[in-house]
Amino acid sequence: MKRVLLSITGTVLGVVALLSFKSHGPTVGTLGVLPPANVPTSSSSTTPRPGDSGTAAPPRPGSRSPATTSSTANGSATSKIAGDAVETPYGVVQVQITVSGKKIRNVSLLQLTAFDGRSQEINSQAAPILVQETLAAQSANIDTVSGASYTTAGYIQSLQSALNKAGI
Amino acid sequence: MTTAIRQRRVVECMGTVFSFDVRSPQKYESVLDDAVRWLDWVDTTFSTYRSTSDIRRLAAGEVTLEDCAPEVGEILRTCELLSAKTAGYFSAYAGGALDPSGLVKGWAIERASDLLVAAGSTYHCVNGGGDVQCVGDPQAGQVWRVGIAHPLHLGKLASVVVGSRLAVATSGTAERGGHVLDPHTGKPAHGLASVTVAGTCLGRTDAFATAACAMGSQARDWLEELPGHYGFGIDNDGTTWATSGWGLP
Repeated sequence: MKRVLLSITGTVLGVVALLSFKSHGPTVGTLGVLPPANVPTSSSSTTPRPGDSGTAAPPRPGSRSPATTSSTANGSATSKIAGDAVETPYGVVQVQITVSGKKIRNVSLLQLTAFDGRSQEINSQAAPILVQETLAAQSANIDTVSGASYTTAGYIQSLQSALNKAGI
Repeated sequence: MTTAIRQRRVVECMGTVFSFDVRSPQKYESVLDDAVRWLDWVDTTFSTYRSTSDIRRLAAGEVTLEDCAPEVGEILRTCELLSAKTAGYFSAYAGGALDPSGLVKGWAIERASDLLVAAGSTYHCVNGGGDVQCVGDPQAGQVWRVGIAHPLHLGKLASVVVGSRLAVATSGTAERGGHVLDPHTGKPAHGLASVTVAGTCLGRTDAFATAACAMGSQARDWLEELPGHYGFGIDNDGTTWATSGWGLP
């Protein structure tokens, strides 16, 4: 049984399942927006327009290291692993996961750039929900999600790449 | 006792993400390889973004239908049938130029699922950018729970649909900024934030969702009368509605 649960954590359906309908307590994600200069861009559309920043935290300079490792109190190693920066028609999404062993301890957004007011709303409200629900994926009672959501797809894709890098 | 294992595959194709979830004691790695190749082939053949695709060359008059892959003719014929079934609200020419994308993605996912069925799978789900084909045996309790993403509150679900053999397609105007065109006007549809159709075969279910989105306020009545399908809609003000039987196809 445990094996199944681990497999759920490390796969995209588990990640998709994070879009559950359960309500959650306080959000745990740290919401940050990096300058788009970090991102491999193929078109000018990835540059946020003036006045559209909608940031919940000030931009942080430079690129960050892909993984950092520290130790927790009980001695198991904790790693931070950045997923790919995924370009969507509505913005750039990049997540970072914190893992210890094979368990996701936290998910944070390294980037969530906004091209319009709607993405601004995503920055301030929905992204923490996605983060929170990622952490609840193991208990989510949903197999998959239907919807027309490119930003969500970008989130899932970035998260999956981080999971792949973490080997879970 | 052999225990079913969850085998998953995630690929990027057609500008979105496809995921496979196969639950079986048997390994389906090579079948999943075939399914991914199939999706890539569909993209190469039907993409409206690639100037070398059959669809683009056909639209440009560079080739005839006979020069194209046989599946192109199959899709165009199916588009005509679906156009007739939807009072013209589904069309391969909604924006003027040939673009059967409203059918192609769902059809490609349905066929990918068929590949797994042909290889012996009885319990799997294929999700392509939010359009879903599920297969399961109700006698064995193999049901799928498909959440419907709320278009106005990203990360929240607006509803859940449950079934064993289930196709679920959602079409919306909220997130993608009016990408569904009303074929009767050639302009973006705007009546609904999103509409979801549940049926059994994703090709036509996807096309019906596109048509319903184009219909706007007429979608609910139309879906109520559509045999074998169920509808769930969210109006622009967030009001939700469902046809009778929704949730238990």
